[in-house]
Amino acid sequence: MKNDQAKKYGMVIDLDKCTGCGACMVACMAENNIPFKEDESNKLDSITWMRVYQLTNGKPYPETDICYIPRPCMHCEGDHGHSPCVSVCPATATDYSQKTGIVSQIYTRCFGCRYCMAACPYHARYFNWWDPVWPNGMEKFLNPSVSPRMRGVVEKCSFCFHRHQLAMNKAFVEGRRELEENEYQTSCAQACPSGAIAFGDLNNPKHTVNQLAQPDNAHGGQPKNPEVFRLLEKLGTNPKVYYVSSREWVRRAGDNYLKNENPGKAH
Amino acid sequence: MFPFNFEWIWDMSHLVFMGGLWFALNILGLGMTYCIIKAAIDTSKGKGGEHS
Amino acid sequence: MDSALIPKGVNRCPLSELILKLGPVVAVLLWGVVAMFMCWIKGLNQTNMNDSYGFALWIWADLTVIALGGGAFFTGLLRYIIGKDKLKNIINFAVLIGFICYSSALLILAIDIGQPLRGWFIFWHANVHSMLTEVAFCLTCYFMVLTIEYLPLILENRQIDRLPFFHNLSHNMHEIMAVFAATGAFLSFFHQGSLGGVAGVLFGRPFAFREGIFIWPWTFFLFTWSAAACGPCFTIMLLKITERITRKKLVKDDVVDLLAKIAGWMLTTYIIAKIIDTWYWAMVTAPSLGFELTDFYSNNPFYGMWILILEIVVCGIIPSIILISKKGRSNPVSFMTAVVLAVLGACVNRWAMVLQVMAAPVLTFEGWPMYYPSWQEVATTLLPVAYGIILVALSYRYLPVFPQEVELNPVESEDQGGKAKKAALSGAEVSPARA
Repeated sequence: MKNDQAKKYGMVIDLDKCTGCGACMVACMAENNIPFKEDESNKLDSITWMRVYQLTNGKPYPETDICYIPRPCMHCEGDHGHSPCVSVCPATATDYSQKTGIVSQIYTRCFGCRYCMAACPYHARYFNWWDPVWPNGMEKFLNPSVSPRMRGVVEKCSFCFHRHQLAMNKAFVEGRRELEENEYQTSCAQACPSGAIAFGDLNNPKHTVNQLAQPDNAHGGQPKNPEVFRLLEKLGTNPKVYYVSSREWVRRAGDNYLKNENPGKAH
Repeated sequence: MFPFNFEWIWDMSHLVFMGGLWFALNILGLGMTYCIIKAAIDTSKGKGGEHS
Repeated sequence: MDSALIPKGVNRCPLSELILKLGPVVAVLLWGVVAMFMCWIKGLNQTNMNDSYGFALWIWADLTVIALGGGAFFTGLLRYIIGKDKLKNIINFAVLIGFICYSSALLILAIDIGQPLRGWFIFWHANVHSMLTEVAFCLTCYFMVLTIEYLPLILENRQIDRLPFFHNLSHNMHEIMAVFAATGAFLSFFHQGSLGGVAGVLFGRPFAFREGIFIWPWTFFLFTWSAAACGPCFTIMLLKITERITRKKLVKDDVVDLLAKIAGWMLTTYIIAKIIDTWYWAMVTAPSLGFELTDFYSNNPFYGMWILILEIVVCGIIPSIILISKKGRSNPVSFMTAVVLAVLGACVNRWAMVLQVMAAPVLTFEGWPMYYPSWQEVATTLLPVAYGIILVALSYRYLPVFPQEVELNPVESEDQGGKAKKAALSGAEVSPARA
């Protein structure tokens, strides 16, 4: 009954499978009561916890290739929980959980200084520039497990933490302290029609994410699988979202390299 | 800020940082208190009258 | 009409003229107040900030006024702790400018946060590992110090000073001012540094990130250093503007020269440190993160290499050479050029360490977002400028800000020339000793 092993929930996204359909974004918006504007074309002030970027290899036809990169919050661990955003928040409104590895955001504690946004190199944090306004009647269909956010605070992907709480509640009632892999899944992972997103405990060898990424905890969670990479690995943010691609240019796009630098050295 | 705030931890960071803060606040508070009390005493002794 | 409030032995323009001249400034102030309330009531959607520019014009203004307001702490340090007694003739003005800068910084911060009513959370739920917490704490405490330093000046107003209690209070505060000044210097060292640390600790942002000692990145020390160098230059610049407007010499040249010389040496040593820091960052830090120097200054319409040259060469090396040479300081044109360039240098540095940090892309598939402020942001940034002008004007009019003014500008009225001159001379004896 004892739960003595710390979890490290993370994600592995297979970019070769991702079609860029955006189902993960839609599922995330609906699941997490993410407010939207009438005109969502300006992506610099709209909120998308999960955002899909389109990349191209820049080559002319017929060698043109594209890739879609879904980008949730990376839930960086940094160096022993010293993630870029957590360490800078002046009001302790965001926290790194050593139990789950999830970076939380306490909306009622945040006073909107936006220092965490300045600290995040992934642009995974969003500010509520407006009060959330839902189309008439839609408020009845909001997710009761997730609190809507007020104007003037920062929000971001929580790895659907409310689902973890619900799953843990259920497990406790059933006398368990451990969750099965399928008991706690994020909405984006479940919505992905091509099965590109895997979610689970990176510390658990039975979980798909562990098998795919083969994280090396002795070296800041770097993947042992040569086809797996993390975004901006060199910065030392130690993110928990891994990407898989068999294409070399895609892996190279994950980080910055000096001219003539061999990308293989990044891993 | 105070030990009764739930995020307070008795570690070196809190002791150094908060110690510095309370030290500075105390200097300012005690300094001003001294000035005000001394001014009141001086006034009661009739000092400062030459400027009135 | 208000002659009873004006210090003895000085000449001031009629009240009506002052009101007339301050009219446009008050208009700008009101414009700023309207914009401020729009931001508070309608929210930060009134600005042109966005998720890429979470920090923008306001934070730049904040960092800049704090750096330039550093003249107060550094002059105080030189006067009260190091013992440069001559600076007593400019310390009041430095404190006044510091007070304006710091009150403005606090006001801008109050507008900048998304939930102003929760501003106290930064104290109550303080995260001691955040540089911003250190900034908020030291900023607030140092503002208290500046208020304590400014208060005796107010109490020295002719009418207030007549009340024995206030006269005694002002006297007592002067007596232990060194304690307050030392506390102010301690607090300033940390908050000026922490403001540098705000950018320097961002290890996710290679443009800003710097290594350092213990918990402090190099920017921590560079910011304190530059504030100590450029702050006094700002004080001198405003003094010269005030002298130009009032058509009076208010502080003797030897006082200004001493402060400028010290600021010059601070600027020289600072710019050497800054060059070393920039070189190490360009050659070691940034390449280790996959960036070349040119990556931060290309592929965008605004942030070019010119910004680095402007900051380090034009606004760093040139003014420091002028200010450390006696010849440079004695020529009014080169002196003013140096002082203005030094001030501009601090502004450019803070701009780069706020705006360019936000703009420089880190993800390989993102570009440089550009930003221009909304009128509400501009108005709220001009608001403190207008407020500062009004406070300087009122302080100059009613308070003995410049102890040497009476001596330098003896009043000779037509009917009582001898009397006025005598009053001026006695005033000159009293004021500096009490300043």
